[in-house]
Amino acid sequence: MGGNPDQFVRFLNVQKSYDGETLVVKNFNVDIAAGEFLTMLGPSGSGKTTCLMMLAGFEAATHGDIILDGQSINNVAPHKRDIGMVFQNYALFPHMTVAENLAFPLKVRKMSKSEIDRKVKRALEMVQLGHFGSRRPAQLSGGQQQRVAVARALVFEPKLVLMDEPLGALDKNLREEMQYEIKHIHEDLGVTMVYVTHDQSEALTMSDRIAVFEDGIVQQLATPDQLYEKPENAFVAGFIGENNRLHGQLKSVEGDTCSVALEGSDGIVKALKVNVDGVGGRTTLSIRPERVVLDPDSDQYPNRCQARVEELIYLGDHIRARMTVSGNSNFITKVPNTQRHTPLKRGEVVNIGWATEDCRALDA
Amino acid sequence: MTTADGKPLKVSLRRALRRQRIWAFLLVAPLLLFILVTFIVPVFNMALRGIENPQVHDIMPQTTSALKAWDGEGLPAEPVYAALVADLQAGYKSKEIGKVATRLNYEKVGMRSVIMSSARHAKRMKDGPYKEAMIHVNRAWGDPATWRLIKRESAPYTFSYLLAALDAHYDDNGDIAMLPQDRRIYVPLFIRTLLMSATVTLFCILLGYPVAYLLANLPLKISNLLMIMVLLPFWTSLLVRTTTWIVLLQSQGVLNDLMVWLHVIDDQGRIQMIFNKTGTLVAMTHILLPFMILPLYSVMKTVPPSYLRAARSLGANPLVAFWRVYVPQTVSGIGAGSLLVFILSIGYYITPALVGGQSGQMISNMIAYHMQESLNWGLAGALGLLLLVIVLVLYSVYNKFIGIDKIKMG
Ligand SMILES: Nc1ncnc2c1ncn2[C@@H]1O[C@H](COP(=O)(O)OP(=O)(O)OP(=O)(O)O)[C@@H](O)[C@H]1O
Ligand SMILES: [Mg+2]
Repeated sequence: MGGNPDQFVRFLNVQKSYDGETLVVKNFNVDIAAGEFLTMLGPSGSGKTTCLMMLAGFEAATHGDIILDGQSINNVAPHKRDIGMVFQNYALFPHMTVAENLAFPLKVRKMSKSEIDRKVKRALEMVQLGHFGSRRPAQLSGGQQQRVAVARALVFEPKLVLMDEPLGALDKNLREEMQYEIKHIHEDLGVTMVYVTHDQSEALTMSDRIAVFEDGIVQQLATPDQLYEKPENAFVAGFIGENNRLHGQLKSVEGDTCSVALEGSDGIVKALKVNVDGVGGRTTLSIRPERVVLDPDSDQYPNRCQARVEELIYLGDHIRARMTVSGNSNFITKVPNTQRHTPLKRGEVVNIGWATEDCRALDA
Repeated sequence: MTTADGKPLKVSLRRALRRQRIWAFLLVAPLLLFILVTFIVPVFNMALRGIENPQVHDIMPQTTSALKAWDGEGLPAEPVYAALVADLQAGYKSKEIGKVATRLNYEKVGMRSVIMSSARHAKRMKDGPYKEAMIHVNRAWGDPATWRLIKRESAPYTFSYLLAALDAHYDDNGDIAMLPQDRRIYVPLFIRTLLMSATVTLFCILLGYPVAYLLANLPLKISNLLMIMVLLPFWTSLLVRTTTWIVLLQSQGVLNDLMVWLHVIDDQGRIQMIFNKTGTLVAMTHILLPFMILPLYSVMKTVPPSYLRAARSLGANPLVAFWRVYVPQTVSGIGAGSLLVFILSIGYYITPALVGGQSGQMISNMIAYHMQESLNWGLAGALGLLLLVIVLVLYSVYNKFIGIDKIKMG
């Protein structure tokens, strides 16, 4: 075997429909490199699980090709694909002990007893559950069950591991702990992982690359920092992290930048030209709250406008201020809690501004 | 623990819950009464008849008390014979003596005529000594075995019905012995009943499991339709269903006609499929199938499809995944269904009576026979008691290994 290691898993023009009327996956293309941690992120119902199920073999692609390690797997039965999978509800077999659960994939592969014992023991130690081998899944806590599920998906040393919202049922602290654990296991073993979540912070923490799904379409496929810093469209900008949007009309284009007339006020702002139609078209400006400055120097920040403070929330290290800017009353800024600042007051009108490269002109 | 005002917590709690409990009890009271009158009392009564033995004790009280002093060796002394004559005279007059005759005849064939003829003679006896006279009337009175029999059966309770129900009896010396092989009826019948019930249960598992699987896994629209078809038998009279099988399976029936027509068999070789064991098995499997499907379905409904998927993704082929992962999770359903079907079948009566012929009869048919034809209610009670014991043993075994709380219906 052995295809190109940069194209360990490939989705080529994959479409999927359950009912023959609507496409839940519209045209999915992605190349996943060997050893990569790729996350599919998107709102509920956007088709993430469907893509994972097609890769695992439990759903057939309506159109297109799925290629694993250089071979099309459209007609390979699930149990011959050698893909480890962690399910959302863990799917640990309740009638088997933890050790038997882990031994199951090895037994069906007809490994010798001693080899099975050795591998099971090692896998249990990897997830720090060395003493829990003889327990039933029902006798474990949620986090422990989750670890067993991960260990079971890895114990037969698959090259590819799929996880469908594996941390969905855990509380916040445990979630974060497990995120790091899974990440470390990924780094230690070097397996390729495809991970599904609708929690953006989880995706940002763990992934090498993230595919943002919406309505069966990948809106953007990029590294976490690129997704945050350089969203390509308004959906991604709004879905990843906090985001202020201002609507306007494109007035003129100057190289990489453009001038936009704001709706709801007569100001003109300069923005990075990212994803706009032509002059005269509508556009959405996207500005991250932490990139907004109060009382800017006029020469440093060409974009300036007036804002009225509507609400202040004290958050310790910074103060969250909700303001009305150009008719948008949900404009958030983060004011660092430094000594020098004169405290803001509700109803006060202040000057705010931002750098041109922090303001992205996206699709309307 | 105490409440704020210092009363023990438990007392307060109990008081608070008392009203609720009284209400709950009042709500179930009508049903409780109904079950008590129509079910528990009759069952208890029937079971009692299996060990009750009032005839000799009540109708021959003098003999009974006179025999108390007899040690069972040789013949009893004159006073016992005097008591016998007095009892026979009284019994003849009140026309009760026939019951004693029937009762003793169960134990030893011929005792009916011994008692009846002796009673007729005793009527005319005036003075003693009676010993010689009675032995003269019937030689049986000179046989210590007869007296041992009467002494044994004069106890108010007896095991002899239960022994009879197990094909055993007291021999002439009063020891328990099995009947000769060719006269055993009930033990082979019990065994046949258990075997047939087991077969019916097995058929129900084999036929019901796939249906329950479909029910639990098909889309709701189709599975609802299927569920109605499963429940349809419940809405049809048992008699109609059973007679339908006769129409289908009898030697001039639909199935045989079809096979003759298709030249699978020739006209002389029509297969006897009803009025024998086959008929009973087929009809009972059909009737009891829903009792297997429903508990199976309710268990399967709780098994998420992700288990099978997980097994497949771990490398198990569909068959292994099904057998090693799915089936074990439905064991409680199989157990519940089997328990229901098995217990219902060992007590089944109408179907074997209608389509069972000779070889398809079960123990309930024998109980019915003794209730309605031979009027040996004691034996009927004993057989029923044994059946009840078997059911209770099965139940407790099931409860021990699987747990009765696992049974759910839909
Ligand atoms: N078996 C199915 N039959 C019909 N429609 C389905 C089936 N599974 C999913 N769908 C539909 O396909 C769409 C995508 O579903 P999918 O499960 O892939 O979403 P998802 O992105 O995983 O959402 P979530 O975050 O809620 O898990 C949904 O609109 C859903 O209703
Ligand atoms: Mg999903």
